[in-house]
Amino acid sequence: MNAAFPLMGNTGSGASTAASKSRIAAESSATSAPGAGTLRMKVTKIDFYYGKNHALHNVSLDVATNRVTALIGPSGCGKSTLLRTLNRMHETLRHTRLEGEIALDGVNILTLDVTKLRRLVGMVFQKPNPFPKSIYENVAYGLRINGHKGRLDEAVEKSLRRAALWDEVKDKLHKSAYALSGGQQQRLCIARALAVDPEVLLLDEPCSALDPVNTAKIEELLFELKPSCTLVIVTHNMQQAARVSDSTAFMLNGDLIEFSPTGQMFTTPSDPRTEAYITGRFG
Amino acid sequence: MSARLIWRKSLNVTMLSLTGLCALLTVSALFFILGYLMWNGGKDLSWNFFTRLPAPVGELGGGMANAILGSLKLLLLAALIGVPIGLLGGVYLAEFGGRTVPFLVRYTADLLNGVPSIVIGIFAYALVVMPMHHFSTLAGGFALGIMVIPTVLRNTESFLRDVPSSLREGSFALGANKWRMVATVVLPAASRGILTGVLLALARVAGETAPLIFTAFGNRYWSPGWMQPTSSLPVIIYTYATGPYEDWHRQAWAAGLVLLGLVLVTNILVRTFLSGGTSFERS
Repeated sequence: MNAAFPLMGNTGSGASTAASKSRIAAESSATSAPGAGTLRMKVTKIDFYYGKNHALHNVSLDVATNRVTALIGPSGCGKSTLLRTLNRMHETLRHTRLEGEIALDGVNILTLDVTKLRRLVGMVFQKPNPFPKSIYENVAYGLRINGHKGRLDEAVEKSLRRAALWDEVKDKLHKSAYALSGGQQQRLCIARALAVDPEVLLLDEPCSALDPVNTAKIEELLFELKPSCTLVIVTHNMQQAARVSDSTAFMLNGDLIEFSPTGQMFTTPSDPRTEAYITGRFG
Repeated sequence: MSARLIWRKSLNVTMLSLTGLCALLTVSALFFILGYLMWNGGKDLSWNFFTRLPAPVGELGGGMANAILGSLKLLLLAALIGVPIGLLGGVYLAEFGGRTVPFLVRYTADLLNGVPSIVIGIFAYALVVMPMHHFSTLAGGFALGIMVIPTVLRNTESFLRDVPSSLREGSFALGANKWRMVATVVLPAASRGILTGVLLALARVAGETAPLIFTAFGNRYWSPGWMQPTSSLPVIIYTYATGPYEDWHRQAWAAGLVLLGLVLVTNILVRTFLSGGTSFERS
């Protein structure tokens, strides 16, 4: 454990470490989030290939518990690829290869059952992608396929409330999800991901298809989710990264150039390439 | 106006009229056939036609109830045999196959689609009739079922491919495995198109005569089960139209009208209620 989480050893808070591990170790989903300063996910020296294309070079990243980690960089820099390795979504594509280690609460995610991993590490995509089903069925989907036993109605309402969508849809739960606006659809997708109570939520440019008003709603939502969920967001928009994230990783051509607290990244970047990017000299 | 401009304008008008005329001819072919059938067969259509057995030669009246029921039974068998194979095969091609195998399957299916129906009849004769030593509904349904497979297969595949991959990702990201994803998201999203294709394929084989002549054969009486020869609309049209009696000719026209009506009504219903748009949003 200490080998995988050197930072945790330093905090000396064995209790919170145990709590954060127990979800995987003991299947207990009731444990609350541990305090700040611990790591939810740790990416150690990964290399990623699409066929012969070497897309990520020796990337390491620490994802802090109940914090927002932003990945920024120009198009094609590998930020979405990195995000997708975190819940092994890359495995849905052919001819991909991942080397190195990614740990979730100290457990190598490659040793986990992929179904279980994706329940713990949810994902929201660039374009809202609700299923062609009712609003209710969209949220209930993850619960149904994971064999949820309890009351579906309550779980659906809870998730919609967490995604700040309940008041807008409570009277039309059984209408098609396509009747919603783009911003509502994206919040529905967030509700759908939250329904299975993930520990980490990955967001792949969640606002790129939305107008400023809906973007602001999603950003506000991210703040509300922070106490209960660890968030990793890929964004094209540097202002967004600056607004919502606690720490930011800057990527370029498959390399992770710089990873630091967001305030520091945007005021005193240590790498000249980071500075060039955030001051708008390229990308 | 220059001569060149006059030439261009007249060419434009000529081509416009020519294409319009050809479009009109296409439409009028159907209406001509329909009108001709109504003219010749309409007056012989009566309640008796749908409820009575054929009358002996020389006796007026009688109907083709056994042929109508026979055709329906043959189509039911064809659907039971052909649809599951075509449907699941199409799912394999669209969702599970790699590159080489689907290519071969697709190619073979297209070849099968081009096999003359009489050859399919011989095949069914050799495979079902010969071992059983007699003609049967089963053999006819088998022959029609084989003819349904390639259409359903290719149609299912193309509708599944139309389902946006973002929906597949959305399902995977919630922890669904591949079959779960296909069964709960992709198939429901494509169901309208698939059903349309199935009904159109059945409507198409409903008029096949050649493969039935030496499989289902024909029957002047009710066919009690599945193991006896049965009458069917296309075969009885063939028999009656080439027969020596005036009365038979009129009955054949009426049967032709019923068959065309059956196919047309299916087509129109399917197109009105099922293919009026897809059930997922297009990007």
